[in-house]
Amino acid sequence: MKYDIILSGVGGQGILSVAAVIATAAMNEGYRVRQSEVHGMAQRGGAVQAHLRISDGNIPSDLIGRGRADMILSMEPLESLRYLDYLKPDGRLVSASEAFTNIPDYPDENGIHGAISKVANSRLIATKDLAKQAGSIRAANMVLIGAAAPYLPLKPEAIQKAVADLFMRKGKETVDINLKALEMGRAA
Amino acid sequence: MKEHVLLGDEALALGAIHAGISLAYGYPGTPSTEIIEYLQRVQGEWSYRAQWCSNEKTAYEAAVGASLMNRRSLVTMKHVGLNVAADPFMNSVLMNIKGGLVLAVADDPGMHSSQNEQDSRYFADFAKMPCLEPRNQQEAYEMTMEAFDLSERFHVPVMIKLVTRLSHSRAVVAAKDDNEAREQNQKEKFTGTTDYMVLPAISRRNYAHHLDVMKELESWSEEHPRNVLEINDARSDIAVITTGLGGNYYEENLDEMEPAPSRLHISAYPLPVNKIRRLAESADRVVCIEEGYPYVERLLNGLLPGDKVISGKLDGTVPASGELNPDNVRPAIGLEPMTVAAIDPGPLPGRPPQLCPACPHADSFNSIKDALEAYPDSLVTSDIGCYTLGFLPPYNAIETALCMGASIPMARGAAESGMHPAIATIGDSTFMHSGLTGLADAAAANVPMTVIIMDNETTAMTGGQDTVVSSPQIRRAVEGLGVDPEHIVELVPLPKKREENTAAMKREFEYRGLSVVIAIRECVQTLKKRNLAKKAVKQAGDASGAKAAEKAEA
Repeated sequence: MKYDIILSGVGGQGILSVAAVIATAAMNEGYRVRQSEVHGMAQRGGAVQAHLRISDGNIPSDLIGRGRADMILSMEPLESLRYLDYLKPDGRLVSASEAFTNIPDYPDENGIHGAISKVANSRLIATKDLAKQAGSIRAANMVLIGAAAPYLPLKPEAIQKAVADLFMRKGKETVDINLKALEMGRAA
Repeated sequence: MKEHVLLGDEALALGAIHAGISLAYGYPGTPSTEIIEYLQRVQGEWSYRAQWCSNEKTAYEAAVGASLMNRRSLVTMKHVGLNVAADPFMNSVLMNIKGGLVLAVADDPGMHSSQNEQDSRYFADFAKMPCLEPRNQQEAYEMTMEAFDLSERFHVPVMIKLVTRLSHSRAVVAAKDDNEAREQNQKEKFTGTTDYMVLPAISRRNYAHHLDVMKELESWSEEHPRNVLEINDARSDIAVITTGLGGNYYEENLDEMEPAPSRLHISAYPLPVNKIRRLAESADRVVCIEEGYPYVERLLNGLLPGDKVISGKLDGTVPASGELNPDNVRPAIGLEPMTVAAIDPGPLPGRPPQLCPACPHADSFNSIKDALEAYPDSLVTSDIGCYTLGFLPPYNAIETALCMGASIPMARGAAESGMHPAIATIGDSTFMHSGLTGLADAAAANVPMTVIIMDNETTAMTGGQDTVVSSPQIRRAVEGLGVDPEHIVELVPLPKKREENTAAMKREFEYRGLSVVIAIRECVQTLKKRNLAKKAVKQAGDASGAKAAEKAEA
């Protein structure tokens, strides 16, 4: 088993916490994991990506090659399109639908959504709306993970446990909101 | 044995802890910063000390000082930081190192957060220092422990070299249990009178001795189990040399290479010359896949017979600039590009990094630009930090950046060439790193220029590490260097003070002598972090207060 995910978004959106949830869940299931991150200047509101690799065997490279990613998982629709080269021909794209418009030349949002819908296995999800319903807009990334979860080679309980473990120190209420957001993403 | 999920930087730090370090010094710099940060975060019961210094040079020198007291010491920096520390670095090989001294340096091929992609292996070669180059987190952990052993065995400093993709990639590391960590060395001053002395007569002797040690290190490298030679007689068209992460990207494609060529992966330097020759005997052409500069490749011409074809970055088989990846190594080993999903989204606008909303630097830039409107020509030099982003729209406020601290001397040179107004912009951490000496020069010559110290009270770009001095100390340092107190202006960069700040800057730009404007406001990121921490403490306090109240009621 090998499953490669390109995570994308804008610096500050919480790409590393998304990666941490999936990586922790994968390790709970006994898989090997490699996760390449972006630190430093690039984090300041710029385009960021992380490579997350899950396997039951040896993983030599921290980076995923082009045409080899099973999934692009994006916190932002424009950013999901930046890495299409990485996707396998039958790869899947899951993206939050809400634009993060911190640049003056952000394209027409409908055009971006249209381009995403041209990817055969793509899915846009209104993460913030669902997160609000779950109890906090800050749980948007958990909605996103929930939407991706059915395609990941991971059991639902493993992901739930990862969410619970990672948010534990922020208190039970935060854990519950995030678990609820996760389920709403999955059900959407 | 205990498993940890660690960044490459953190794995190196844990290796240093388990090797029994007493002291760690460094200056923040992406991608090396997380080494010291990890040492500080897991401090707990450990008795080592891990500290940030003014710059890489002072950090390196402090580490040498610890080593002469028999303490194991680690010094960390990014690749361009080693330029700053080059003086002690080069001479430290002439010391008869007592306590293990390890330099951890992190290169940034692809320049994710750097101004160049220099390869630190050249520096190791230049200084004649052994170098270890791990290619995954497990190796970073194990080779750091080995580096300390090596340093104490051969009495030389040892370089351990990381790159961005290893520094900032996370994986499971199988480490010793903490209680198996080596004890720290006992405090004990060096005993040989010339051990830490570089007077020419002594250096001549020590250098000759070091050349003998290099011969021993060459034998050590030949036998090193991580310089792995695999000969496959089934293939004689190509043989492959990989170094660093180049080896990982090669292996990522290995299942398409049947039969696999003979291969040498090099992790320990000086070069294992005999292994290279044995590899070359197995094939007509040798392909080099190196993360970084073509260091091995360039040396091959002198090592191999003239009829061998050598391929790599020099003949364009492998991209000569930027980072390697699983794709761009494929042509070198005869593989076609991978098939990708055939969707072209058309041109997408870039999203470069930018200053945070409400960043104090933005307010400083706005006032600088307003104040300069009156002048037909001007020069604004700048430096290395978040504020280098002031070059980009919407600010377009700065024009030059060269290296840490260069803003002040460059403005001086321009001012003395006739430019007015000449303005240098520099952050507080960079000012302490390399700005003081430039300002001393400018003050001594009373150069007609203005230095704007953009003091956000932290080392912001690398994630908010504490600086070694506070804002009032910076002012006193500026005064102490001889700047006229009448022309040292402090201001608070805030939108509501834009006009007032612009007026103050105008006055100083107009002045035909040296002036210093210190714009002081805390970085919004560190402020946010501090407020969150405060809130957490308060919540914890409230919770325990509530519990106490419950108990009292019961």
